[in-house]
Amino acid sequence: MSDTIILHVARYRPEIETEPTFQEYQTPCRKDWVVLDALNYIKDKVDGTLSYRWSCRMGICGSCGMTVNGEPKLTCAAFLTDYAPGPVRVEPLRNFPIMRDLVIEMSDFMRKLVQVKPWLIRAEEKPLSEGEYLQTPEELDEYKQFSMCINCMLCYAACPVYGLEPHFIGPAALALAQRYNLDSRDQGGRERMELLSDHTGIWGCTFVGECTKACPKSVDPAAAIQRYKLKAALEWFKSFLMPRGTS
Amino acid sequence: MAKKSLEPFLWTLFSAGGVLAALLIPIHLFLFGLAVPLGWAHPSYEHLLSLLRHPATQGYFFVLCTLALFHSAHRFRYTLYDGLQIKHLNEVINVLCYGGAIVGSVWTVYLLWRIP
Amino acid sequence: MNQTPIYTEFHPRWYRRRTSTYWWLRRPSYLAFILRELSSLFVAWFVIFTLVQIQALSQGAEGYQRFQDWSKQPVVLIVNLIALFFVVFHAITWFKLAPQAMVIRLHGKRVPAAWIAGSNYVVWALASALVAWIILGG
Repeated sequence: MSDTIILHVARYRPEIETEPTFQEYQTPCRKDWVVLDALNYIKDKVDGTLSYRWSCRMGICGSCGMTVNGEPKLTCAAFLTDYAPGPVRVEPLRNFPIMRDLVIEMSDFMRKLVQVKPWLIRAEEKPLSEGEYLQTPEELDEYKQFSMCINCMLCYAACPVYGLEPHFIGPAALALAQRYNLDSRDQGGRERMELLSDHTGIWGCTFVGECTKACPKSVDPAAAIQRYKLKAALEWFKSFLMPRGTS
Repeated sequence: MAKKSLEPFLWTLFSAGGVLAALLIPIHLFLFGLAVPLGWAHPSYEHLLSLLRHPATQGYFFVLCTLALFHSAHRFRYTLYDGLQIKHLNEVINVLCYGGAIVGSVWTVYLLWRIP
Repeated sequence: MNQTPIYTEFHPRWYRRRTSTYWWLRRPSYLAFILRELSSLFVAWFVIFTLVQIQALSQGAEGYQRFQDWSKQPVVLIVNLIALFFVVFHAITWFKLAPQAMVIRLHGKRVPAAWIAGSNYVVWALASALVAWIILGG
């Protein structure tokens, strides 16, 4: 097995070009190296102008998402030996505007996260004297999976609906909404349902399932969305059978 | 209000139709699309007609056909909308798809009613 | 193709890639998704085929014979064979995805996805056997 590997890395320098290009680099290929290590080697020793985001290098910060050989991946979790003998194609995350090289513009995602009101909504706040909200382990299990999201945006890169309809609120935001809807301390289900019951919300999703496949934290946003659809359908029928509303 | 949008209702029809289509259409299509034409099975005309005359059979086909049509319409509508990126024709797509399902359902009722 | 880039130091031009009309050919899983969605056309075909059959049955033995002769035509057989493939594909993908839409709990523990999918297959087999038995004059 060779101890070097070729990387084709996407470059985009808006000051000198109008379209992305590719640049070839050769890096060492160590058994324990990931694509991020190769990029850091390039920046450190070969070409300091390469721009990309990274931070924890251990799959918890969600910064280093890129498209590796056509697939959305955390570059800190993509082992070089899995791509040997190469070449490895490294591009920015799909479905987002490219700012520079491998850096994408993510304000759309940030806005959408806030749109789902990702905080505990209470009809009435409990007074401090009554103490903290209590939650059993079973109640925690209801939403825990959806709370594991690290906001890495791999699901947005994988989702064809987001690629076709930029207004679609997207898998991570909907999973986040579910994280709060299913939290026993939350009372904001109806408020969020009204926000998300249109074709830019849950009804835009056609259950492709790519988001769940891409997620490095097993959040399963597709499941969150389908369960949300089921809930919305039940609410719809209830609103006919009980027109005066339920509490 | 979730009531204002028809989307949850249409999705329910789609889901119900999808379940029925998955469970029942393969065997029907296998029998009447392949097995009978190819001579592997020979249910007689009288037997089939007597089955069809039974109100339970008519109810079964009504439910199966209408839900399958709405399942199909809903899914195809999204395929046109997303796959071909012709969302500016959204209204036209909706009318064609669900309108087609409604027409098909009416035809189903008519044919079942006209069984001698 | 290299025009002068529109760029100022504080307003770099972002590059926005438009989604290609052939986005679904880029990955096998996208293609499988589109095929799954296109199965809806063959579900509709089944309904039409069945309604034509019901109409033929209502037109007496000769009417039904005409239908049978038509359904023996190679073109019709091939269409039905392809339709059968797509309808089975619909069933398999539906059963695979169903567990993700529902969380069923037994005695407080989540029923594993494989059980839900497996029970779907059992119902599928039973329903098919029942329908075949009724149609074939059991």
